[in-house]
Amino acid sequence: MPNILVCTDGSAYAPSIYDHAAWAAQRLDASIHVLHLVDPHHETASGADLSGALGIESQSALMEELVQLEATKAKLAHTKGRAILQVARDTLAQAGIAKVVADQKHGSLSDSLETYEPEADLVVIGKRGENTSLDFKHLGSNLERVVRTCHHPVLVASRIFKPVRRVLLAYDAGPSANRAVDYVASQPLLTGASIHLLSAGSESTRLTEGTAAAKQKLVDAGFEVKSELRPGHPIDVIGETVKKDGIDLLVMGAYGHMHIRHLLIGSTTATLLRTCAIPALLFR
Amino acid sequence: MSAISYKQQWFGNPVRDIVAGAVVALALIPEAIAFSIIAGVDPKVGIYASFCIAVVIAFVGARPGMISAATGAMALLMVTLVKEHGLEYLLAATVLTGVIQIIAGIFKLGDFMKFVSRSVVTGFVNALAILIFMAQLPEFHGQGLMMYGMVAAGLGIIYGLPRITKSVPSPLVCIIVLTGLSMFMGWGAGDNPLLRTVGSMGTLPSTLPMFLIPDIPLNWETLMIILPYSLPLAVVGILESLMTATIVDDFTDTSSDKSRECIGQGVANTVSGFFGGMAGCAMIGQSVINVKSGGRGRLSTFCAGIFLLILCVALGQWAAQIPMAALVAVMFMVSIGTFSWSSFKNIRLYNRSSSVVMIVTVLTTVFTHNLAAGVGAGVILSALFFVFKISQLLHIDSTLDESGEERTYRIRGQLFFVSAGSFGDAFDFREVLTKVRIDVSHAHFWDITAISALDRVVLKFRREGAEVEIVGLNEASKTLVLRLATHDKPGAMDEMEGH
Repeated sequence: MPNILVCTDGSAYAPSIYDHAAWAAQRLDASIHVLHLVDPHHETASGADLSGALGIESQSALMEELVQLEATKAKLAHTKGRAILQVARDTLAQAGIAKVVADQKHGSLSDSLETYEPEADLVVIGKRGENTSLDFKHLGSNLERVVRTCHHPVLVASRIFKPVRRVLLAYDAGPSANRAVDYVASQPLLTGASIHLLSAGSESTRLTEGTAAAKQKLVDAGFEVKSELRPGHPIDVIGETVKKDGIDLLVMGAYGHMHIRHLLIGSTTATLLRTCAIPALLFR
Repeated sequence: MSAISYKQQWFGNPVRDIVAGAVVALALIPEAIAFSIIAGVDPKVGIYASFCIAVVIAFVGARPGMISAATGAMALLMVTLVKEHGLEYLLAATVLTGVIQIIAGIFKLGDFMKFVSRSVVTGFVNALAILIFMAQLPEFHGQGLMMYGMVAAGLGIIYGLPRITKSVPSPLVCIIVLTGLSMFMGWGAGDNPLLRTVGSMGTLPSTLPMFLIPDIPLNWETLMIILPYSLPLAVVGILESLMTATIVDDFTDTSSDKSRECIGQGVANTVSGFFGGMAGCAMIGQSVINVKSGGRGRLSTFCAGIFLLILCVALGQWAAQIPMAALVAVMFMVSIGTFSWSSFKNIRLYNRSSSVVMIVTVLTTVFTHNLAAGVGAGVILSALFFVFKISQLLHIDSTLDESGEERTYRIRGQLFFVSAGSFGDAFDFREVLTKVRIDVSHAHFWDITAISALDRVVLKFRREGAEVEIVGLNEASKTLVLRLATHDKPGAMDEMEGH
């Protein structure tokens, strides 16, 4: 039985995350593992004594103080976590998902993924989380790391869940795009939806051949496919299409371009996630 | 370590790190100057060293949040080298120390830290505190009551100010107040001032450090001069750095790679040597201050180094006016803060051997002024105590059967060179027996002395006409298989794990 890993922090996106997870679980007939992480944030400090002086036995005094402080914070975080998990269990039970395991663990999401991700076939995470500011200018802080480290597809949930009828598959003939095509063709996740296979940029044999092969695979799997190559920058082309055609889900390979380009110009994936207010299914 | 977590170690806690770095820098200025004076070099050597080491460690160290700079432990080992051969040889020794530390890190020699027991570590820390305290006493020579008064006032400010407000570093206030007072009253002026100032002890930095290759002949003789200093420097540097790294690990509830830290320390020391600085290592006191002030990442160490240099270069003229009394007061604070007072309070609670090891470490260090010697003595002594304790784990009992002619001896415990001596005394050779059975299946034989002790007992019984049977020798000598490998049985090594 396939397993879906749902990462939640109980923020404004949580209800939508559970809805997306329930939709995927029903389609794939999968069990759900809801994971909440209590992150102690050891890289930041909570208090500061700027006196710069060392008293007598300052080392053990400081240790005591730090342990006390963190113990109090941890206990509060546990209680909050338990409430979050209960909400998750109730929501998913209402949606009719039979097998749900919900637990909370210590650690940061990026470090813990290595332990939990291998057992999952799909990972669901919100586009933003606790640190959401209302103007939605930034993506969640964990998002990039999660998508980069996951070997399995990642479903990034948007603010509100809508049934998926029209899917845009951004295709550039690269390895992750091909993986996306294979997944869509072989898994029952998107059956019944119409697929718009869109490539942006200049024509090339590789792209034409790749698109033809991909379209064939999807048609064989029983999908209604429309393929198109449009000139222009991927971000503009895809953004426009999403708005114009009322796309419900964006499927694409993620973070494919070189790291340097990402540092200097900004990642195509991140920009698309930010500007298109729809869920996305990302492949590495 | 991934690029993302490296970035997080730099920028995960920016505001607090910068503030903590500033607090640490202010506390580091008097220490860098004071440690240079201990070593017998210009204050600028200590300041360049602290700057180079702190900045380089920020990039290559393995323990974010730990402060490394010029330290008292290292300074104390350099005194004779500077006195006999001068600054250039010190810089060369620093570079060699760095190289040795890099090699030690590559070969993971830092793992030998596990042989240094807690008592030795406590002894090291206490001895360091005592030596720092003692190094301040020469400052009082030839200075009148004024000096005592100023030092007392300084200590009053350092310990009193945190009671009023915790948002300003009290050592800094102490220095500013005393410097202001001394300048205003003119106590530091003139050729024979009432109050000696830092300026009279040597030059302060006026420029950024410059790259220079130490001016020494590159031959075997030079190597023989600096090697006896570089080795203890490398050992003490690694020891104190790994100890401090463990402490910061505990504070931040994260772990760090100790071998990478060794390599980082080595690189920092090498760079420091080429830029006119002395050798240094991690500092327990400053790291505690850093964590206390909210510093957790590499940015705090980096800022500490940068602020230190900027302040010293920019405020050089005023820094020269700081009265030594102010530095002495700050050093007294460091010494009192470093000393582990609980170790003396609890001396009755802990068992005697731990306390003896600690005291021997302290005394050896204080009398030789060499921390490495103290640690060596402590390690040897703690090993010997352990061996002695284990040798007590030997029990021999026996039963006589109904006929009164056969006795079975049961040996339990650890048999090795220390316990083998008393092994023979447990057997009653005056008894007349036809058969003796010696059951060693619950004993462990650790070396050849043990086997020969058993042989001698067997021979003695046979001489007296008794027939001797040994039961369970295979099990008992499994611990020998590790070394001698003559009785290699298949599967013997797997069963070793069970011991």
